[in-house]
Amino acid sequence: MIALRRLFAIVFKELMQLKRDRLTFAMIIGIPTIQLLLFGFAINMDVRNLDAAIVDQADTFASRAFVQEIAQSQVIRVRASLREPAGIDALLRAGDVSVAIVIPRDFDKRLARGDRSFVQMVADGSDPVIGQAARQIAQFPFTRGSVTPVEVLNLYNPERRSALNTVPGLIGVILTMTMTLFTAVAIVRERERGNLELLITTPVRPFELIVGKVLPFVGIGLVQTTVVLLLGVWIFHLPIRGSLLEVYASALLYIVAALSLGVFISTFAKTQFQAMQMAFFTFLPQILLSGFMFPFAGMPRAAQWLAEILPLTHFIRLIRGIMLRSAGIGELAAETYALVAFTAVAMAFAVMRFRKSLD
Amino acid sequence: MNAANGIAIRARGLTRRFGNLVAVDHLDLDVPRASVYGFLGPNGSGKSTTIRMLCGLLTPTSGDIEVLGLEIPEQAEALKRRIGYMTQKFSLYEDLSVLENLRFLASVQGMPHREAKARIDHLLVEYDFADRRNQLAGTMSGGQKQRLALAGAVLHKPELLLLDEPTSAVDPESRRRFWDQLFQLADQGTTLLVSTHFMDEAERCHRLAILDHGRLVADGNTRELMRDLPYRVLLVETTKPREAQAIVRTMPGLAGCAQVGNALRVLLRRDAHADIAALLARAGIESHVTEVPANLEDVFVVATTPAAQEPKRAAGAAP
Repeated sequence: MIALRRLFAIVFKELMQLKRDRLTFAMIIGIPTIQLLLFGFAINMDVRNLDAAIVDQADTFASRAFVQEIAQSQVIRVRASLREPAGIDALLRAGDVSVAIVIPRDFDKRLARGDRSFVQMVADGSDPVIGQAARQIAQFPFTRGSVTPVEVLNLYNPERRSALNTVPGLIGVILTMTMTLFTAVAIVRERERGNLELLITTPVRPFELIVGKVLPFVGIGLVQTTVVLLLGVWIFHLPIRGSLLEVYASALLYIVAALSLGVFISTFAKTQFQAMQMAFFTFLPQILLSGFMFPFAGMPRAAQWLAEILPLTHFIRLIRGIMLRSAGIGELAAETYALVAFTAVAMAFAVMRFRKSLD
Repeated sequence: MNAANGIAIRARGLTRRFGNLVAVDHLDLDVPRASVYGFLGPNGSGKSTTIRMLCGLLTPTSGDIEVLGLEIPEQAEALKRRIGYMTQKFSLYEDLSVLENLRFLASVQGMPHREAKARIDHLLVEYDFADRRNQLAGTMSGGQKQRLALAGAVLHKPELLLLDEPTSAVDPESRRRFWDQLFQLADQGTTLLVSTHFMDEAERCHRLAILDHGRLVADGNTRELMRDLPYRVLLVETTKPREAQAIVRTMPGLAGCAQVGNALRVLLRRDAHADIAALLARAGIESHVTEVPANLEDVFVVATTPAAQEPKRAAGAAP
C-alpha cells in the first residue's frame, strides 16, 4: 500500500536536490552526447586505410595494376614498397604496417591458370580486426581473376555503416551506465548522510522510499533516450524504421530494469564510492556480452547463457529489431518478458534486503 | 495502563547483543510523562542503542518495551506517528532549504496541507528562521542546523521526543537556547528523552539515568542523586597538588581524586573517617580541606568507578 502523498513528497524532494546537483545534471545530458559521438565515430568495424607494405616481386604490368586496384579500394594505404619479403618482419613488428602483400615472381602465370592463390598476404594477427580486414581483402574481386568472389548481400545496413548498429545499442549502454549508477548512488547517499535514519522513524515505508527515489530517474532515462535518438538521426542519419512509440516503450522497460539493478546494488554498498564500484562491475559484462560490441553468435555457449541473464542483451535485440528491422514489439515479446522478469526479481530482492539493512 | 498513570516509557530487562558485545545489558527504565529525562554515559555506553530500540528502529535481543502504551517493536508503525526523533548527526537534507525540509517532513508525516502550512509558519517564527526560510540547510551553522532539526522533529506535535546527543556540535550559547526550547516543550506536555555526555546538560534534566558499558548504574531524580550520594566531596587546597594526589590515591574508600587548578576534588566514602589534612601534614604537605556539596560529575564518577559500586548498591537498596 503506497500513500501517494508521501510518494510525491519524495519525488518532489528528489527533483529539488537534482536541480541543485549541477554535476549530475550535466552528466544526464553530457554522458549520452559524448558517448554517442565517441562510439558513433570511433567504433568502426569496417577498416579503412590499413597501413600496408607491398612486395612486388613480379613487377609486371598485371601486378602493378593489381596493386593500384587494391589501393583504390581504400582498404589499404601503401606505406612501403619492398623488393624482397625479408623486410616485412621488421615493419610488422615495429607496427609501421599492419599488412603486407607479397606478389610472387610467377604472378602472371598463376593469374592465367587461376587455380591457386596468386598473392600472399601477411597480416598482423595481434589485432583481430586487422585479421578480419585481411580476409576481406582476400575476397577482393580482382577483375582479371577468374575466381568468382562471393557476393555478400547486406540487409538492413547496405552501406555497412557501423554507426547504424552502434547507435541503437548505445541507447542501452548509456541507460545502463547512468540509470544503474545514479540510482545506486542516490540511495546510498541518503544512508551515508544519515537522512535514512530520520526517515525510518517517520511513517515512510521502504517501498515508498525506493519508488519515490527511482521515479525521477525514469524521466531522466527518457530524456537521455531522446537525446541519443535526436543526435543519432541528426548526425548519423539513423533511420527509425519501427514505431517511435515502441522505441520509447522498450526504452522504458529497460530503464526500469536498469533502475532495479541500481536499487539492488544500493542494498550492498555502504558508501557512495562502493556503490559506484559495484555499478561499474555490472557494466563490463553487459557491454561485452550483450552483443553490443561483439556478435552474440560468436560467443561460447557459457557466455551466451550468462548474456541471457543480463538485461542489456534483451534490450539490444529489442531496440535493433524495432529501429532497424521495423519489427513490432509483439514479434519480440520474448525479450520484453525477459526484461520484465529481470525487473521483478531484482526489485523483490532489493526490497527484501532494504528492510534488513536498516536493522 | 501505564499510559494513563503518567509513564511514557517503560522497559524491563532490555538487552541487545551485537555478536559477542553486549551493548545494552538488562536495562530497566521508567520515564515519566511531560518531563526531561536524561541519559548520561560515555561514548559506547549504550545510549544510542537504547534510544534506537525504544523507537522501534532496532529489535531488542530480549526484554519488554512499552512506549506510550504501545508494545515495541510489535506496534512500532503506530508509534512512528506519535514520536519525534533527532539524531546525533544532522539528518535533514543539506541541499534543501529550511522551508523545503519542513514541507517535506510535513508531507511525509501526512499532515493536512492547511495544518502543515500554519504549523510551519509558526515554527519558522518560534525557531527564528523567518529570515532564513530559503537558506539551504547545509550553509547554516551548527546551532542553526540543530534548531532546524528540532523544529523538524516537533513539526507533527509528537507526544514523545527522542534526542540522541543533540548538542554535540553546538556552541554554549546555542545549547542554552536549545535547552530553553526543550523545557518549553516539556511544559506543553511533551516527554523528552535526551542522551548526552555533557554534565551541565545532564544536570538540567528532571530525571537521569547513568549508563556504563550497557548497564544502568544509577537513576533517579537529578537533585536527589546528588544529595543522596554516599560519598563526601572534599576540596583539598594545597601548594603541591601533584604530590598530594599521589598520597590521597592510596586512601581506602576513595572513589575519585581529580585535580582542579591548585586543589584536589576528593570523593571519599562517608563511612571512611580519614583525616586528609593530617595525612598530608605527615608527608610535609600543607593543606586546607573543606567539604562541598556533590555535583553531577561526582555522581557520575561514583557510578562508573567499579570499586565504588558496592556501597552504592547497598545505599540504593536501603530505601
